[in-house]
Amino acid sequence: MDLANHALPTHLSALVDVAHYQKMVQQVLAMAKQQGAEQAEVTVQASQGLQVAVRLQEVDKIEFNRNKAISLTVWVAQRKGTATTTELSEASLKRTVQSALDLARFTEADPCSGLADPASLAQEIPDLALYHPWELSVNEAIAQAKACERFALDYDKKIVNSDGAELYSEQDYFLYANSHGFIGGYPSSQHALNCVVIAQDEAGMERAYQYTQNRQPQQLWSAEQVGTEAASRALSRLAAQKIATQHTPIIFNAETARSLIGHLVQAISGGRLYRQLSFLLDSLGQAVLPAQFDLIERPHLLAGLGSAPFDDDGVATQARTLVEQGILTSYVLSAYSARKLGLANTGNAGGVHNLMLQSQTSMTFAQLLQSMGEGLLVTELMGQGVNLLTGDYSRGASGYWICDGKIQFPVHEITVAGNLKQMLLNLQNMSDDIDTRGNIQTGALLVEGMMVAGS
Amino acid sequence: MDILQLAKQNLLVPSGLTENDLTRVMGQLLGGRIDSGDLYFQSVQSEAYVLEDGIIKEGSHSLDQGVGVRAISGEKVGFAYSDDIILPALEQATQAARCIAQAQQSGSIKAWTKSQAVRPLYVASNPLDSLSALDKVQLLREVDAYARRCDARVSQVVVSLSGSFENILIVNTHGHLAADIRPLVRLSVNVVVEEQGRRESGSAGGGGRVNYDYFTTQQRAVGYAQEAVRQALVNLQAVSAPAGLMPVVLGPGWPGVLLHEAVGHGLEGDFNRKKSSVFADRMGEQVASSLCTVVDDGTLVDRRGSLTIDDEGVPTQRTVLIENGILKNYLQDTHNAKLMKMAATGNGRRQSYAHLPFPRMTNTFMLPGKSEPQDIIASVKKGLYAVNFGGGSVDITSGKFVFSASEAYLIENGKVTVPVKGATLIGNGPAVMEQITQVGNDLQLDSGIGSCGKEGQTVPVGVGQPTLLVKELTVGGTQQ
Repeated sequence: MDLANHALPTHLSALVDVAHYQKMVQQVLAMAKQQGAEQAEVTVQASQGLQVAVRLQEVDKIEFNRNKAISLTVWVAQRKGTATTTELSEASLKRTVQSALDLARFTEADPCSGLADPASLAQEIPDLALYHPWELSVNEAIAQAKACERFALDYDKKIVNSDGAELYSEQDYFLYANSHGFIGGYPSSQHALNCVVIAQDEAGMERAYQYTQNRQPQQLWSAEQVGTEAASRALSRLAAQKIATQHTPIIFNAETARSLIGHLVQAISGGRLYRQLSFLLDSLGQAVLPAQFDLIERPHLLAGLGSAPFDDDGVATQARTLVEQGILTSYVLSAYSARKLGLANTGNAGGVHNLMLQSQTSMTFAQLLQSMGEGLLVTELMGQGVNLLTGDYSRGASGYWICDGKIQFPVHEITVAGNLKQMLLNLQNMSDDIDTRGNIQTGALLVEGMMVAGS
Repeated sequence: MDILQLAKQNLLVPSGLTENDLTRVMGQLLGGRIDSGDLYFQSVQSEAYVLEDGIIKEGSHSLDQGVGVRAISGEKVGFAYSDDIILPALEQATQAARCIAQAQQSGSIKAWTKSQAVRPLYVASNPLDSLSALDKVQLLREVDAYARRCDARVSQVVVSLSGSFENILIVNTHGHLAADIRPLVRLSVNVVVEEQGRRESGSAGGGGRVNYDYFTTQQRAVGYAQEAVRQALVNLQAVSAPAGLMPVVLGPGWPGVLLHEAVGHGLEGDFNRKKSSVFADRMGEQVASSLCTVVDDGTLVDRRGSLTIDDEGVPTQRTVLIENGILKNYLQDTHNAKLMKMAATGNGRRQSYAHLPFPRMTNTFMLPGKSEPQDIIASVKKGLYAVNFGGGSVDITSGKFVFSASEAYLIENGKVTVPVKGATLIGNGPAVMEQITQVGNDLQLDSGIGSCGKEGQTVPVGVGQPTLLVKELTVGGTQQ
């Protein structure tokens, strides 16, 4: 077999025997019930992928991935037990059922525990066009990754080294079934191309990356775009300076602004709310963003990166608004956290699905820079200095100093600090260059009143 | 039975694989332009219990096993794996891995040689069986009750106990056979305290390559509870942290995450072979103040970051990275060591059979100096004293690194005064190491809760250091 010319199979049957898996999960549920489980749920995940990395125009690594695992949760008198295995033989499945039931003897009754209410489960499973397998041979993958890195290396003579370019293609299958009679599964795909190069001058080396990611291979950015943008970013980082410690307005570019909205989502997620680990406790009906902002969820976008027909509890997902004109109208809840908080389930077990920040006032990125005048543009954040209980925020950053709405020089080795609650309320404007590469999508955001620590 | 026999029993016997099968697979892997390769058999049994809201809420168990196949041709690596340990799946993965060299013909290996017996650094028994389920949940309840008794302001307690038992068997095309049996346990406590509407959190924990009775001896488990509550109460009093450049005294133990980020990653062999590290080509040069001697030591008995052999079958060792400020060694796996014509240092590690090994740290720490810790603090007129940290990260190319304090105090006129809120500290690795002007005599290692992430793979590690003074470091607070 000449594997170099071999492509990942693109028919679903090569990834997973759907009929067999459906039968298997039903058997596992039946076994669990027979042995005393009052409720049970089973999740099966299977994936296969190909990852090719090149560095300095030579093949660095070729990886074939193939995984499968089954996870079972049982409830006996509202006591919960969970067991997982990668071995799907009948003997192993029997042991897994036994193991979950054994654990449920030692956990304690939790009145909020159990499956989602039957009425909330997805009645039909829309085809969201998430599965776009890529008929890609190893040789083609190598050629694409090499082309991408070539564009980066040829961009400028100051691009002196490379951490390489990587192409990744993955197919996944997700199946969920529970003892309320729900069974639903769907395949999906994900493809990505990234490039990391190193620029050097007398002052030292700087690295930068660029990536593209999509469920549909034909929607990926070109190798040229990824390669040249990685190179131009690395070049623009050279001769970065430290700036003085000061209060200054900050623009987070679209890529880093995503993390701010991510922190907002974490702070309004059920798990943090019922544990009282959030700076946004009891904030329903209150302003969490300025009035010009809406935050919406669109789980059924065709081929969307965060799309899902149902959540990890089997609950139907639906389009909804989380923040309307700055006011928080809904939390992010699973069956369990909804019961703990005495609120309605929002179909968010496992997280949010295509969250988008929208602003009533729209401007280009250049206009956003103009509106700030002088201040800091942050393009990279480092470290974990975010306390979601208090909202205290302090992270390493690098970016550019802006004057008269124009980039003056690259900035590094500084921190940006504030309190998230205030930072979110102090969002001034958003630009229209939305970064669509993630489950959370936003443009660049201008925030007033943060502290920069430097020299 | 020795470890190798035990591992064979656990990994090969259930699927009927024999040494003859392995010889045949090695033959299929070799040949053409394939220089070397290995098979990594692994089974991991793990469990976790979580107590929250005063009840045992979660109990989980998992079993993950499989075999990873790696083929190396020059700088190229081919890799495939299977989560079925059966011959057809193994042969299929082998074919896929060797596509790296597009080789058609096959080779053969000589007779197997078992790696020289290395004295195990930890017990070969399964920690999951070291305590009954009833005793495990009882332990969690005791920790919860203790934390709540510590102070009336405690409003939330989450306790989690986890353990894993790992069997690995490594065979390579040089004919080496090696095995390891690795226990690992961890207990962690997170608390929230509340006073007059203000809430703050604290956390503590520990563990190692030991059995669960580790937590019940020397009152360790309740000690973690006490420590978590103490930290949370300190944070209740914390005022805004200062912003800007200032002297920073780092306490002993866990603040050693400084070394992990500032020098550890930058000295991993792969980054230096590729010359993408700020430390590339600086061997023998001064990269830290002469007070600094930093080692990576995988041979410490029972510790979380220790390994008897690494994931390529190489015995771990104590590697001096920096000696009196001079760069002495990189951390190497076999692949990068060979390409750099250096010796492997037993630092080839991988998250699992489904991941490729590369150079990783084990337990990384600075050796003690001569200063008394109180003298170090007394020497600072105005600065920060940071004793507990969350995580950190580093850009190995520019050398910039951050680490975030979770417990810190102001130093005013040589005295530790008020607690300040957590803040991120940022600096440039080699530059900050040059700024270390005092090193204490109080080396401590962390309590055994650290994990390190690199290229999407997580492995358990340890850190440590004595009290030390960084003359100037940027502190990311909010007060000017």
